[in-house]
Amino acid sequence: MISKDEVIHIAKLARLELTEEEIEKMQKDLSSILDYFDLLKKADTSKLKTLSHSIPHGKTRLDLVLEENNNLAGDLIKAAPNEKDGYIKVKQVL
Amino acid sequence: MDLTSLTIRQAHEGLKSKKFTSRELTQAFLDKIKEKDVKIGAYLSITEELALEQADKADERIAKGRDFPMLCGIPCAIKDNILVKDQKCTATSKILENYTALYDATVIKKLKDQGAVILGKTNLDEFAMGGSTENSALGVTKNPNDLERVPGGSSGGSAAAVASDQALYALGTDTGGSIRQPASFCGVVGFKPTYGAVSRYGLIAFASSLDQAGPLAKNVEDAKIIFETISGKDPSDATSVGYIFQESKIDLKGLKIGIPKEYFTEGLDPEVEKIIKNAIEKAKEKGAEIIGISLPTTEYALACYYIIAPSEASANLARYDGMRYGLSENAENLLDVYLKSRGKGFGTEVKRRIMIGTYSLSSGYYDAYYKKALQVRDLIKSDFKKAFENVDVILGPTVPFPAFKIGEKTEDPLSMYLADIYTVAVNLAGLPALSMPCGKIGKLPVGLHIIGNYFKDHELLGVAAQLENMLK
Repeated sequence: MISKDEVIHIAKLARLELTEEEIEKMQKDLSSILDYFDLLKKADTSKLKTLSHSIPHGKTRLDLVLEENNNLAGDLIKAAPNEKDGYIKVKQVL
Repeated sequence: MDLTSLTIRQAHEGLKSKKFTSRELTQAFLDKIKEKDVKIGAYLSITEELALEQADKADERIAKGRDFPMLCGIPCAIKDNILVKDQKCTATSKILENYTALYDATVIKKLKDQGAVILGKTNLDEFAMGGSTENSALGVTKNPNDLERVPGGSSGGSAAAVASDQALYALGTDTGGSIRQPASFCGVVGFKPTYGAVSRYGLIAFASSLDQAGPLAKNVEDAKIIFETISGKDPSDATSVGYIFQESKIDLKGLKIGIPKEYFTEGLDPEVEKIIKNAIEKAKEKGAEIIGISLPTTEYALACYYIIAPSEASANLARYDGMRYGLSENAENLLDVYLKSRGKGFGTEVKRRIMIGTYSLSSGYYDAYYKKALQVRDLIKSDFKKAFENVDVILGPTVPFPAFKIGEKTEDPLSMYLADIYTVAVNLAGLPALSMPCGKIGKLPVGLHIIGNYFKDHELLGVAAQLENMLK
C-alpha cells in the first residue's frame, strides 16, 4: 500500500493540486494499480543485452529553421492566457 | 434514397454521375445530426459553416472534370484531439475547453487537399485516456446499438457517429486500442496503422511512442481509401516513415493465419469466443491454413502498457501549465499557478495517469517500473517478430466482451483497463491492426481483431477485405 505522504509527494512532483478526498481515492487506486504491476517481476528480462529504442524508425534531421507562413509563432503566443509585447507573461520567478 | 447510409465508393459514384451534389449529401448529414445526435451525443461541435463551404468547393471541383479524388465532397467527423484550423479543439478537457486550433494537423491537411467535408468534432475520453468515452468532461456518448451502453473509447464519438450514419467516416486516434475497441463495440471497421505510417503532427499528444491516427469506417474498402490518403512521410513528424500504399490482392487460400492460444483463455466471454472461432472456422473452409501459435508475453502487455503510456503522458501533459494554453488559474506565485490550473483543469482519470507516470519515472522507482516496462516491451516485440516468421496475420477477438453498461466500470479503473487486454500489445510492438464486425450477441456487435506485420498495412487490409466478404 502506497502511503498518503507518498501520494502527496508524487502530486507535488506532478504539479497537481489534489483535494483531501482526491488524495484518499488516489491512495486506494494507485495501490491496486501498482500491485497489478508486480506481475512484471515474473518476466525474465535478464537475457536482454541492450534496450532497443522504443521508436526504431526515428531519424535525425538538419537543424534548419523552416519558414512558417502566416506568423504562426506570433499567433501561438497571442493564444496564451497572458501575453505582453509578443512574449508570454508569467509570475515572477526569482 | 437515404444518402447517409452510403459507403465512400457509392457516394463517390453518386457525385460522379450527378445523382446528388456534395452540398445535398452534406445537408443530409447535417439534418441527420440535428435529428439523431440529441440521443447519441457523438458530436461535441458541428462545423456547419465550414462543412457547407467545403461542400460548395467540392461541387465546383466535381463540375470541372470527371476525375476527382475519392474523398472529394465526402462528409466526415473528426475526433476532438485532432487539430482543425480555426475550430475549437478540447480533447474534452476543461483545461482546453476554450482552445481554438491555430493550424491543421497533417492528416486534416491531407483530407482538405482531397476536398473532404468536415461535419464536426467528436467526443472522446479526456486526452484519449479511457475505454468508454465516460471520461469526457463535456458529455456522455451512447452506443447507437443500445443507448444504455458505452460506445467504447477513447474514439467513442467517432465510432458512434459512423455507426449511426451521422458521418460517412471518421478519424480517430489509437494509443492502446482507442480506434479498434470502440469500432468493436459500435460495429464498424476501425484501423490502426503501423506506427510511423501516418503523421502525428497536430494530434494532441498522449503517449508519443504509441499514438497513431487512423480511420473508422463502414467497411474495409472505405478504411483503405482513407488510410491511403492520410499515410506517408511528413517533415513535421520525425517518426513518420515514407510508406507508400500499394494495392494488395489476397486470397484466403493458402493464407497462414496465426491463432495465439493466450487470446482464448480466462476472461474471454464465451459468446465472443464462439463468434470469433466461427469466423476462424469459415476462413479454414476457404482454404486458409490455421496455425496455433504462442505469444507468451501476452500476460504482461497490460501492465507494461499502463506504465509506459502514463509515463509518456505525464511528460506530454506537462505543457498544460496555465501559461501557454487554455485554463489559467490566478495565484500568488508561479508554482501555485501550475498547481491550481492543473488541479482544476484535469479530470480524475487524467490525474490518475499523470500520477502513475510520475511515480514510475520518479527516483527510486524508475528501474522497477519504467525501465522494466521498456524491457518487457522488447520481449513483446520479439514475440510478435517470431510469430510473423511463420504466419501472415494473427486473428483473435478485439475486446474480451461486448459493450458494457454506462457507469458499470467507472469506479474500478483496473476493470476498465482490462478491456484493452488484446489491443495494447499491438501499440507496444508498433504493428498495424484492424477491428471489423463479425457477429452479434443480441444487438451488441463483436469485433474480429486482425494483426499484421510491420508496414504490411496494405496486405492486412487485403486480408480484411477477404474476411469481410466471407462473413457477408
